[in-house]
Amino acid sequence: MWSRQRGRLKPLCCGVEELRCRRREREAALRKARREQQLVSKRLLRDEALEEAEEGCVAMIFGEAEIQQFLQLAQRGTEEKEREGALVSLRRGLQRPETQQTFIRLEGSIRTLVGLLTSNQALLQLEAARCLHELSHSEQSAVVEACLPATSYLLTYLSGHSSDFIELCLYTLGNLIVESEAVRRQLLPQGIVPALAACIQSPHLTVLEALGYALSQLLQAKEAPEKIIPSVLGSTLPQHMLQLLQPGPKLNLGVAVEFAWCLHYIICSQVNNALLITQGALSTLGLLLLDLAGAVQRTEDAGLELLACPVLRCLSNLLTEAAAEAVGGQLQLRDERVVAALFILLQFLLQKQPSLLPEGLWLLNNLTANSPSFCTSLLSLDLIEPLLHLLSVSNVVSVLRKVLLTVSVCGQGPCSPPCWTRWPSLTLK
Amino acid sequence: MQLPPALHARLAGAPGSAEPLPVERDPAARTAPFRFAPRPVRFPREHDFFEEGDVQRHLYLQDVLMQVGGAPERPRVPEFTCQVAGCCQVFDALEDYEHHYHTLHRNVCSFCKRAFPSGHLLDTHILEWHDSLFQILAERQDMYQCLVEGCTEKFRTSRDRKEHLVMRHLYPADFRFDKPRKSRGPVMPGAAEQVLAEALGDDGVPSEGDAMEVCSEHVEPPPVPAGERRAYSHRIPSTICFGQGASRGFKRAKKRNKHQ
Repeated sequence: MWSRQRGRLKPLCCGVEELRCRRREREAALRKARREQQLVSKRLLRDEALEEAEEGCVAMIFGEAEIQQFLQLAQRGTEEKEREGALVSLRRGLQRPETQQTFIRLEGSIRTLVGLLTSNQALLQLEAARCLHELSHSEQSAVVEACLPATSYLLTYLSGHSSDFIELCLYTLGNLIVESEAVRRQLLPQGIVPALAACIQSPHLTVLEALGYALSQLLQAKEAPEKIIPSVLGSTLPQHMLQLLQPGPKLNLGVAVEFAWCLHYIICSQVNNALLITQGALSTLGLLLLDLAGAVQRTEDAGLELLACPVLRCLSNLLTEAAAEAVGGQLQLRDERVVAALFILLQFLLQKQPSLLPEGLWLLNNLTANSPSFCTSLLSLDLIEPLLHLLSVSNVVSVLRKVLLTVSVCGQGPCSPPCWTRWPSLTLK
Repeated sequence: MQLPPALHARLAGAPGSAEPLPVERDPAARTAPFRFAPRPVRFPREHDFFEEGDVQRHLYLQDVLMQVGGAPERPRVPEFTCQVAGCCQVFDALEDYEHHYHTLHRNVCSFCKRAFPSGHLLDTHILEWHDSLFQILAERQDMYQCLVEGCTEKFRTSRDRKEHLVMRHLYPADFRFDKPRKSRGPVMPGAAEQVLAEALGDDGVPSEGDAMEVCSEHVEPPPVPAGERRAYSHRIPSTICFGQGASRGFKRAKKRNKHQ
């Protein structure tokens, strides 16, 4: 059910200690970026098969003359293999920032690249798109913004049919989107939201994951609550997203992770969560939580915490909406299995990613806060003891205290501590 | 953290909710040392509470964290040729063939054999270039639909639509998939009509690749007829022409018919 999909990068061939060190550095950089509200990450799609074929060749730095040569050969070469080879060489060179800088400064270079992107030679098109993708991944704003002339074509190709090509266009767009507001100010009037809404109907998992990525970057933008989320909510995107998050044989982890994060960015912006609730967000996410709890018992090391985190956040925030209570029947979240699932996930997080425990407890708080029924479930399922065990985990104490107090008043309140005496099995450590 | 064994069974069990236990209020409640009101908590976008999870998300995006899934397979197959009549492209991988097919053969106009990137653009092309009823209707009402998905605006002429695309949707003025249909009667001195004919005449076959690049070695563009006016703020370089759309996918024995 949790079908895996193809990976992106080969494992790095360096020691475990070095890996850990690099990861700690990256984490520290990300934390700093987040505190400064500058959290930007891009995804680089380098075809594993291509990487293998090119193994051992270090990307070179090309000068103006060489770049000119490659471009001319790609444009006017007589042999197709020759033309394609020229673009492949260029693409490899563009992995280096120095070559990128030289490229964008060369007059007519982007124009030529866009011309090749829109040509009818399928392989040239693909290679030109890969070149653009390398540029989009750059850390230099000037390099990324040089790709702007290509955006209308990237969007046009989203309604094509070649899944590999569309995937590449989507990842490139995602990288461009996250670069700056200037880029988004061009993409929005060019119709990126309707283009994504049409593309989300694709049956290809790789396309869907790429689309989720691009959309998540769009929704993460600072100006998203005012300028982007309303039009996303007005499109068919939310319904499709929820459909793609429904548990079942078609659920794919990579796809689900992206769209769960998309939903999180929409929901925590609090633009129109009532709409999402009427579209069944609570029940879909609740069922997904159950499914996740089942999956963590069966599979080891599958990256399930990457999905658990946004699902926990979405549910927690949605439960604070008035609409969560008002909406009736199927759309509401009442199933006590959610509590069981949550505890299984808490145990999983305790082992796998303890830093995410507060988020799980946050959901528990919101579930129990206005629901005597859920409080009763907690007691009848014998979950107080495990909950108290968490007191030894340092980062959860304040959230845990809230939850315990909530349960002690059976989700109702205010009332006094004597309620504790009702359940003699309860012992406070 | 030890979970009660019955919990897993409960998860696998039927949906249901617990009947809330009755709560009796203690008569001494009024003198309680504290009052606590349970409340659901909401966190907005930028809250620090989300820092941990966000960092993990971005590590994943940067692919440092882990791979989701295994290595991809790109099987090589024995070489085969494209089956479409007139196309002799050879492939050894299915994905390459898929892309080739979709680019060159899938959305092809049966009248003029031009290829388009999507069904939507093909339909628009057929309507505007090959449908005489469209031409008749266009004399009386706005028929030229905006090309951007979701935009319902229609225009009287192809020029007006192009202006809308440029001004409103920030499209490039030389957007390749919005070519003005050439009028009936004598061939206009402008545009690539002449140039493409020359290119065809030169070597007898339509050149493959970008129609824009076909023009790059051609004559100076003819003077713009009096009626036309450039409404756009940026100049189009002379080496770029408004081509004929995508070039043909196969060789043609006879010269193009100038009056379509």
